[in-house]
Amino acid sequence: MKCSAGFVFSENTLNYHFHEDHPLNQKRVMLTKELLEAANLLPSQSIISPRMATEEEIALFHDIAYIQAVKKAGKSQLLESEALQFGLGTEDTPIFSNMHEAASYVVGGTLTAVDAVMQNQTMHALHLGGGLHHGFKRKAAGFCIYNDGAVAIKYLREKYDLRVLYVDTDAHHGDGVQWGFYDDPNVCTLSIHETGRYLFPGTGNVNERGIKQGHGYTFNLPLDAFTEDDSFISVYDSAIKEVAEFFRPDIIVTQNGADAHCYDPLTHLCSTMKTFEYIPKIAHEIAHDYCGGKWVALGGGGYDMWRVVPRAWGQLWNVMQEGQHLTGKLPSSWLKQWSEEAPTTLPEYWQDDKEIVSIPRKEEITEKNKKLLQSMLKYTKKIM
Amino acid sequence: MLVEEIMNRDVITLSPADTIEKALHIIQLNRIRHIPIVDKNKDVIGIISDRDIRDAAPSIFKNSTQAIELKNEIHTIMSSPVVTVHPLDFVEEIARIFYDEEFACLPVVRKDNRLVGIVTEKDMLQTLIQLTGTNVPSSHIEVRVPHRPGILPEVTSIFGKRKVNIVSVLVYPYRDDPSYKILVFRIQTMNPLPVIQDLRDAGYDLMWPNNIAGPKQ
Ligand SMILES: [Zn+2]
Ligand SMILES: [Zn+2]
Repeated sequence: MKCSAGFVFSENTLNYHFHEDHPLNQKRVMLTKELLEAANLLPSQSIISPRMATEEEIALFHDIAYIQAVKKAGKSQLLESEALQFGLGTEDTPIFSNMHEAASYVVGGTLTAVDAVMQNQTMHALHLGGGLHHGFKRKAAGFCIYNDGAVAIKYLREKYDLRVLYVDTDAHHGDGVQWGFYDDPNVCTLSIHETGRYLFPGTGNVNERGIKQGHGYTFNLPLDAFTEDDSFISVYDSAIKEVAEFFRPDIIVTQNGADAHCYDPLTHLCSTMKTFEYIPKIAHEIAHDYCGGKWVALGGGGYDMWRVVPRAWGQLWNVMQEGQHLTGKLPSSWLKQWSEEAPTTLPEYWQDDKEIVSIPRKEEITEKNKKLLQSMLKYTKKIM
Repeated sequence: MLVEEIMNRDVITLSPADTIEKALHIIQLNRIRHIPIVDKNKDVIGIISDRDIRDAAPSIFKNSTQAIELKNEIHTIMSSPVVTVHPLDFVEEIARIFYDEEFACLPVVRKDNRLVGIVTEKDMLQTLIQLTGTNVPSSHIEVRVPHRPGILPEVTSIFGKRKVNIVSVLVYPYRDDPSYKILVFRIQTMNPLPVIQDLRDAGYDLMWPNNIAGPKQ
């Protein structure tokens, strides 16, 4: 299957930058782009320049008071006490100069991807600078200022009246998006993440299923710490297929955080590249089976920006563009270019060596995840 | 934490002369499982559960709509006397009552026996979930520390230096070893790594995660 896909990117992605020591570094988006270019997988005509989101667009999801606070913060005009009630000026989301503009470009990039798909410019569109799923209506959290995914879903609802399936495979729970559409039966959210028992944000339990009209349209699969490829892939496969069959979406929006990898410093899941090849493969099938191909994919977490993120996101693009992932060696020019700057040895192949993970209690973890899956899917059967 | 902080003040009650039929109706309509029985002074004199009703009128669950048992008065089936608690009792104490006795619901009374609320086992568990879980986005950290005076402020000062807000703190025993304790924190950050490094540098053992000591890699 050869599909058309757009890659939303511009240098201003890099302006979303808290400070040098902050774990979120958008240089990973550039590393991904250069990896793809070095491998001749990203022709320049596939690149789409993002626009900046307007304040009205951001206000589709966020409170005006919060947007005002972000604007003031970015100009050093916000008092510390005021900032803290909006989650700004914390260790996670410190204030930086012109943060409103930088965050508006993130939202704009995601809206650009949505428009590209909706105006039939491309079948699939990718915005790796987006996927900031922890942003709340009036509060910044977990490295996220504006929640571009949530704004885009509101935009899809209001401008195009589509039923949206949001699938979040970041290792952290997609809380901001979930709570934003908790009572909305036209937006179905599925988040597969490491259990909140240890990990931020702590929510995303299987019994969070939505409220009022939206009850039964929120799905959560909190995986055990140390979950590896086979278990992840098996529950992901069933979950996304059954939820899609139950909901029958018009468009699919995926958040493709790359922090479920065993190298990721912030989480305790134990995936390898195998999982990151499989995730887009099935999302792609769903897009074609239910949505006439309409698929918007976003970035997200991913804190091993040298060894993990460029390959994981590179494969995401390969699936969107070529219908399948790549195998073999990474381009030597890319390796040569970055090996000195990288603090660790860069991997030489698209695939990981199986040896990189060895996990305790694999069998029990697999069992437990499977049990959770069954519990989560209870509602997909009942309503039909 | 006190009972008055978790009790339910909106209590549906019945009088002893009401019929079982009425009780059944109320239980089904309100999806509750217990009804305190009070006299004219609002004093608690009994309690009935959905199970009492089911035991008393088995035939209605076999599709006979006119079960004669349903016309009986409640006092014939209510449990009495009732174990009650006071609004100023500690939640921890009533947890023990729930554990020791087989009640799932306790009326809360003042003065002689005047009903002011009820606490169910479910309320109790809900409180426990809140105490050990989280209501704000946060990460979980467990530290094994020597059991000695002053250890808690030593550890928490590390969080303070990093300007990380603590959402909750629990102190657990460490297996059967009385010379150690496990401190459990939920801290308001997605990036606990700097704090973890500081804790390690200060010589504390991290239980991370699933009670495995040491780092991930
Ligand atoms: Zn396609
Ligand atoms: Zn994440």
